[in-house]
Amino acid sequence: MSTHEDVLSSENLPHEPERATLEGKNKFMGFWFFLGGETVLFASLFGTYLALKNSFGDAEGTPSQELFGLPLVFIMTVILLTSSLTSVYGIYHMKNQAFKKMMVWFTITVLLGASFLGLEVYEFNHYVHEFHHTFTAHAFGSAFYALVGFHGAHVAFGLLWFLTLMFRNAKRGLNLYNAPKFYLVSLYWHFIDVVWVFIFTVVYLMGKVG
Amino acid sequence: MSTATVEKPGFGATLWEYLTTVDHKKIAILYLLGGGFFFLLGGLEAMLIRLQLMLPDNNLIGAQFYNEIMTMHGTTMIFLAAMPLIFAFMNAVVPLQIGARDVAFPFLNSLGFWLFLFGGILLNLSWFLGGAPDGGWTAYAPFSIWSSTHGFDFYAIGLQISGFGTLMGGINFIVTIVNMRAPGMTYMRMPLFTWTALIASVLILFAFPALTVGLFFMTFDRLFGANFFVPEMGGNEIIWEHIFWIFGHPEVYILVLPAFGVFSEVISTFSKKRLFGYSAMVFATVLIAFFGFMVWAHHMFTVGMGPIANSIFAIATMAIAVPTGIKIFNWLFTMWGGSIRFSTPMLWAAGFIPTFTIGGMTGVMVAVAAADLQYHDTYFVVAHFHYVIVGGVVFGLIAGTHYWWPLIFGKVLNEKLGKWTFWFFFIGFHLTFFIQHFLGLMGMPRRYWKFLPGQDLEVGNFISTVGALLMAVGTIILLYNIIKTSVNGERSSQDPWDGRTLEWSLPNPTPHYNFKQLPLVRGLDPLWIEKTQGNGKLIPAEPLNDIHMPNNSFLPFMISLGLFITGIGVIFRPDSNVAYIAIIAGLVIAFGSMFIRSVKDDLGYHIHKEDLEEEGAGVE
Amino acid sequence: MADNTNSNYQDQFFKEKHKEEMKYQVITFAMMIAFTIIAFGLVVGDFSKYLVVPIILVLAVVQVLFQLYYFMHLNQKGHEMPSLMIFSGVFAAVLTILALTTITWI
Repeated sequence: MSTHEDVLSSENLPHEPERATLEGKNKFMGFWFFLGGETVLFASLFGTYLALKNSFGDAEGTPSQELFGLPLVFIMTVILLTSSLTSVYGIYHMKNQAFKKMMVWFTITVLLGASFLGLEVYEFNHYVHEFHHTFTAHAFGSAFYALVGFHGAHVAFGLLWFLTLMFRNAKRGLNLYNAPKFYLVSLYWHFIDVVWVFIFTVVYLMGKVG
Repeated sequence: MSTATVEKPGFGATLWEYLTTVDHKKIAILYLLGGGFFFLLGGLEAMLIRLQLMLPDNNLIGAQFYNEIMTMHGTTMIFLAAMPLIFAFMNAVVPLQIGARDVAFPFLNSLGFWLFLFGGILLNLSWFLGGAPDGGWTAYAPFSIWSSTHGFDFYAIGLQISGFGTLMGGINFIVTIVNMRAPGMTYMRMPLFTWTALIASVLILFAFPALTVGLFFMTFDRLFGANFFVPEMGGNEIIWEHIFWIFGHPEVYILVLPAFGVFSEVISTFSKKRLFGYSAMVFATVLIAFFGFMVWAHHMFTVGMGPIANSIFAIATMAIAVPTGIKIFNWLFTMWGGSIRFSTPMLWAAGFIPTFTIGGMTGVMVAVAAADLQYHDTYFVVAHFHYVIVGGVVFGLIAGTHYWWPLIFGKVLNEKLGKWTFWFFFIGFHLTFFIQHFLGLMGMPRRYWKFLPGQDLEVGNFISTVGALLMAVGTIILLYNIIKTSVNGERSSQDPWDGRTLEWSLPNPTPHYNFKQLPLVRGLDPLWIEKTQGNGKLIPAEPLNDIHMPNNSFLPFMISLGLFITGIGVIFRPDSNVAYIAIIAGLVIAFGSMFIRSVKDDLGYHIHKEDLEEEGAGVE
Repeated sequence: MADNTNSNYQDQFFKEKHKEEMKYQVITFAMMIAFTIIAFGLVVGDFSKYLVVPIILVLAVVQVLFQLYYFMHLNQKGHEMPSLMIFSGVFAAVLTILALTTITWI
C-alpha cells in the first residue's frame, strides 16, 4: 500500500506521524518496554547505592553530608528539567508539522543537555580533587559513580542520538520514517530526567540530610 | 524471482544469506545450531563431572579443572544452550502462530542472535586463554573477585554481550505479539506457546537489566579497581547474591514457561482435544511470572537475612506450587478422554508430567526455610533443580524439536529413533538424578571435586554416572536421527501431526513472507476450527496485495564482532597496553556500524502482487 | 476543493488541541520547578530528618508521575501497554530497592 516515496514524503502527514506506520507503532511500543527494563536497571543501581552509601570499610572517605554541594546540583536539576520542557516543545511542533521550529527547540535541548553534562564533569572533578572521592577509593565511591555515571552516560548517549538525527534529517524535513525516531529520542530524554529527579532526591538531598 | 527458487544457491551464497538474514525462520535455524552446539558442549562437561565422580577418591581430572568444568557446565547450559534454544522455537513458531509476516524488529532479531553467539564464543575462549571461570555458575562474590585467572572476566564480559542480545530478543517478541497479531487473533485466542513466549519475554525484560548491572559491578571490581564486593573497602558481597538472584530466579521461569507452552501444544494436538482450561492456563502462566519475581531470596535462606525475610520468601515460594499445580491438572484433563497418539513429542510430554511433579515437590521441600538449612548446597538441591530444568526445560526442548522439525526443516524426524532417544534419555535421567536426592540427604555436598571411600556414597554415585551415560546414548541417537533425516528423509506434508494452530496451515516449505494473505482467526485453535467447520483452509482477511519485507543486513554481525573485540581488549587491559588497540578498534567497528544503521535509510522492499499470483499458481 | 477545506478544518482542530495540551505541559513544568525548590528548601532549612525524607520522596514521585503522564503522554490513548510495562517495571524496581536496603547485612 504505502510505497517508499510515501514514507519519505513530507507532505500531508497524518495527525500522529510517530505512530502512523506499523514500523512506527512497533518502535513506539518497543521503546516504552525498553524503558520499563531500564527502570529495573536503575533500581539495581539505586539499591546498591543505598546499601553502600557512606560505607568506607577500612578506607578513609568523606561522608555524604560533607561531600555534596547542593547549589550546583540544584542548578543542574533546573537545567535538565528545562531541557525536558524544551523537548516537549519540539514534539509539539513536530505534531504541528513545523519542522524548523522543532529543530530549534531540539537544538536548545541539546545545548542544555550539554551544559548539564559539563557541570557534572566539573562536579566529579571537584569531588576527586578536593575530597579524594574516587571510583576506587571505597565502596561508597564505587556505588556513587556507578549510579550517577550511568545516568551521565545516558545523557551523553541521548545527546549523540539527538545530534545524529538532527544532522541526518536537517535537509529533508519531517516524514513518516523519521518522525518515530524523533519521538523516541524525546521519550528517552524525559526518562533521563525522571531518573535524575530520583538521583537529586535520593542521592543529593537525602545524602545531605543523612 | 521464480527462477531463483528453482536454482540451488552455492555454498558461499547460502553462507552470506545466513550471515545477513533478518528472516525469523532462518534466525531460528541459527539459534538452533548455536544453542545445539553449546548444549552438546555443556553435556560433554556434564559427562566429565559424572566420570570424575563415578568412583571414590577418583583422579580422572584435577581439582582446578573440575571447578572450571563444573562452573562452565552450569553457565553454558543456562545461558548458551537453554536460552537460545528457547529463542529458536520462539522465532520459528510465534510469528506463524499469530499470523504475522515477520517479527516487529527483524534487524534487532538478527543482532540478538549474533550478540548471543559472540558472547558465547568469548566465554568459551577462556578455555584457551588462561582458564575458564572456576567459582560456580552463580559467581558468588569472594570466589569471583579473588579467582586468580581471567576466567571470571570472560564470564562477566561474555554474559554481558549475550545478555544484551537476550534483552533485545525479549523486547522484540513482546512487541511482535502485542502489535502484529492477525485479524481476529485476540489475546485469549493465542496458542499457549505464544502466551508463554509473551510472558517469558516480559520476564526477560525485567530480569536481565539486573544481571547487566551485576555483571558491570563484577567487571568494575575485577578490572577497574572498584569495591562493590570488597568488604574491607566497605563493599558488600550479599549485594551480588541479591542482584544475581533477582535476575536468576525469573530466569528459571523464562526457561520453563515456554517449555510449558510446548507441552500444552503437544498434549492438545496429540490428544486431539482443545486444551482443557485454556483461560486457567493463561492465568496460571501470568501468576507464575508474577510470583516468580518475589521469591528470589529462597536461594539465600542460609545467608542470614533474618526469620521474617526467610518466612516471606518461603511462603511466596510455596504459593508458586498452586498455579503450577493448576497446569499439571489441566494437562492431565486434556489427555483425559482424548484419542491419544504416543508419537515422540507426546512421549516426552507424558514423561515430563511425573518428572516435573517430582521436581515441584522437592521444590516445596527446599522452600521450607528451616529445612533448607539442611538441604542447602547438597546434592539434594542438585537433584531438585535438574528435575525442574532437565525434566521441564530439556524435555520441552526435545519435544519441541521433534514436534516442530517438520515446520522448520520440512521433514519428520524418524519416529523409531525418536522413541529410542526418549527411553534412553528418560531412564538415564531418573537413574542419574533420583539417587542424588539421597546422596544429598546423606550429606554429600555439591560442587566437590571428589568424595571419599567408606562413607556409603559409592553405590549412589556409580548409579548416577551409569544414568548419565544412558542420557549420552540418548543424545547421540537424537544426533544420528537428525543427520539421517536431513540426508535421506522425505519431505513431509505441510501438516504431519494434524495440527490445530496457524503454523500448520502454511505450505511446506514456509514461504519467506509466511502468509500471502493474512488469515482471519475465528477462535482458539483456528486451523482446527476450519478443519471441522470450514473446508480446512483459512479464510483470508485481506485481498492479495504487495507485501513489505525488510532488507538483509550484515551490520548485526559487525556490531557483535566489534563488541567481541572490545570485550577481549577489556579483559586483557591490565596485562598489556596493546589491549587498548583492541578496545578502540572494537568500539570503532561497533559504533561505526550502529552509526551506519542510523544514518542509512533502510526501507525494505516490496514483493509485488503479480509475483505472488504467479507463485501461488505453482504452490497449489 | 471541499476535501481541502475539510482537511484545513481538521488541521485547525488539531492545532488547537495541541495548544491546549501545551498549556498543561507548561503548568506541569512550573509545578516541577516549584517542587524542586520546596524540596531544596526543606533540606537547606535544617528540619527533622524524619519529616524531610518522606516529604521529598513524595515530591519526587509526584514529579515523576507528571513527567510520565504529561511530558511522556502516558495519559493519552494507546498507552495502555506502555503503562502496564512501566508499572510492572516499577514493581520489580521497588522490590529490588527494598531488598537491597533491608536484607543485605547493613
